[in-house]
Amino acid sequence: MPITKADIEKVAQLAHLEIGAEELEIFGPQIADIVSYVEQLNALDTTNVEPALGGLTPEGERTDSARSDAVQPSLGQETALAEAPDAAAGHFRVPKVL
Amino acid sequence: MGNIEELKRRLNAGETTARALVGVSLNSAQELNDTLNAFLDLDRTGALTRADTLDERIRAKGDIGQLAGIPLAIKDNICVRGLQTSCGSRILGDYHPPYNATVIERLLGAGAIIIGKTNCDEFAMGSSNENSAFGPVRNPWDTSRVPGGSSGGSAAAVAAGIVPAALGSDTGGSVRQPASLCGVVGLKPTYGRNSRYGLVAFASSLDQVGIFARKAADVASVLSVVAGRDPCDATSADVPVPDYQAALTEEIRGLRIGFPRALFGKGLDAEVAAAVERAVDDYRELGAEIVEVELPHAQYAIAVYYIIATAEASSNLARFDGVRYGFRAEEAPELRQMYRKTREEGFGPEVKRRIMLGTYVLSAGYYDAYYRKAQQVRTLIKQDFQNAFALCDAIITPTSPTPAFSIGEKVDDPLAMYLNDIYTVTANLAGVPGLSVPCGLSSNRLPIGMQLLGPYWSEPVLLKLAHAYEQIRPFNEHPPVFAGKVANEARII
Repeated sequence: MPITKADIEKVAQLAHLEIGAEELEIFGPQIADIVSYVEQLNALDTTNVEPALGGLTPEGERTDSARSDAVQPSLGQETALAEAPDAAAGHFRVPKVL
Repeated sequence: MGNIEELKRRLNAGETTARALVGVSLNSAQELNDTLNAFLDLDRTGALTRADTLDERIRAKGDIGQLAGIPLAIKDNICVRGLQTSCGSRILGDYHPPYNATVIERLLGAGAIIIGKTNCDEFAMGSSNENSAFGPVRNPWDTSRVPGGSSGGSAAAVAAGIVPAALGSDTGGSVRQPASLCGVVGLKPTYGRNSRYGLVAFASSLDQVGIFARKAADVASVLSVVAGRDPCDATSADVPVPDYQAALTEEIRGLRIGFPRALFGKGLDAEVAAAVERAVDDYRELGAEIVEVELPHAQYAIAVYYIIATAEASSNLARFDGVRYGFRAEEAPELRQMYRKTREEGFGPEVKRRIMLGTYVLSAGYYDAYYRKAQQVRTLIKQDFQNAFALCDAIITPTSPTPAFSIGEKVDDPLAMYLNDIYTVTANLAGVPGLSVPCGLSSNRLPIGMQLLGPYWSEPVLLKLAHAYEQIRPFNEHPPVFAGKVANEARII
């Protein structure tokens, strides 16, 4: 399926990227190239092949990752906010939403 | 004997001090950084203070830990408390994580000293290190060439003799390929062997923390410390950590090494093919049995990888939005606009390309055609390995189809760049371990690496195969950019 400029624009919007006109010219053909390369998979018959979900080994799948629902120490408000570009009154501050 | 073991012997015998070792590492890192650009951050004060503390404890008690006093470098996508973690990206900039990755906690617990953070492709996306927002790393063997990627800074730091070992991360070959291009040993462990807690996620089902060193024995020393189950990473497996050091000297006679002849064809540099084929002959002489194996779906691995890895990346990198940490674009009066501007200004071209590709393959109407299809072929690739490992204990291939290429050579052609990973991505898709080992120099003196792949949890077998090879074909060459003088004073290498 050929990829159009509109496809790239839509994908950029979905991914919260503000792609400029110049970038669109570069990325468009590159992404189209890569997509046509990965479409070689269509040549393979995968009827009745289970998809491999995740990367776990059999031992990894058997590993019990549940833990007791107990309160654990956490970073704390001050540390958690220390790297924020804009923090105020114990919160992350963002530009207005509406 | 490994370099780390020798350094530890000298430390414990009082022939050198942690302060001296760390001083040499820091000085050579700084001195060579104008040439190599391998480090993004050096922790001179912290490392020297820690060295003094350790020296006191070593004087008082002798051997105090498996890596006590050993200087190490860490890829800049692994969190070290108090040091920057930029992931080679402008969007994180000088982010200082408030916690240590589990692998870092374990290194520190064993007495290691972290001298700094190494340069890498942005969010570990790349095969040349040219995607770093802070400039490319240069290959110590030829500074007009790439060190490989994405963990190029760690590979270069070890190759240049700045540190005896370093951590990287490997999602599609990002430890093994730079190890190959820089002439050092590089391990991508079994998926779940090492904790990923504190490794900034790129593609969660493929990422593993890996290890660089100049000798297999040193990889074994570091792996012994960092490996094992971690409750903070649900994908880390509850599998006992064997004695990797003891395994090194075990017999290799009678082991069966698989030779996938079909992978030694088109696109493979003739000198690389010759060097790896010589290694196959060497193993035969060492008493291993060489058996022909097939990995019929390996040819589809790059296509599968660039669907799965980008899909996972598009989801993982959604967290970088200018709210909780890192860079935020100015002059965005509305929230969504702030997200978009922050990501537009903060991410480099390759990261954007992959986020868009991943978003595309996951988007409504395309999911089955791309993502589900790729996951099905991933199953076939896993089965290829299962079938092959029924016939052999390890598989030998080249690590990279060519030695180091020139900076700028492939930068405008993403697909050509992706094909560098042709030999390495299968291991990540199947979850099996892979080890790159130097096996020669090209006619223009560039390192060539061979890759040893094994079944799940076969790190001891891969490491002993590498160790046996090092005994008969010792790779003791140094690159032109080498911390020779300073390093020799403390005999760090």
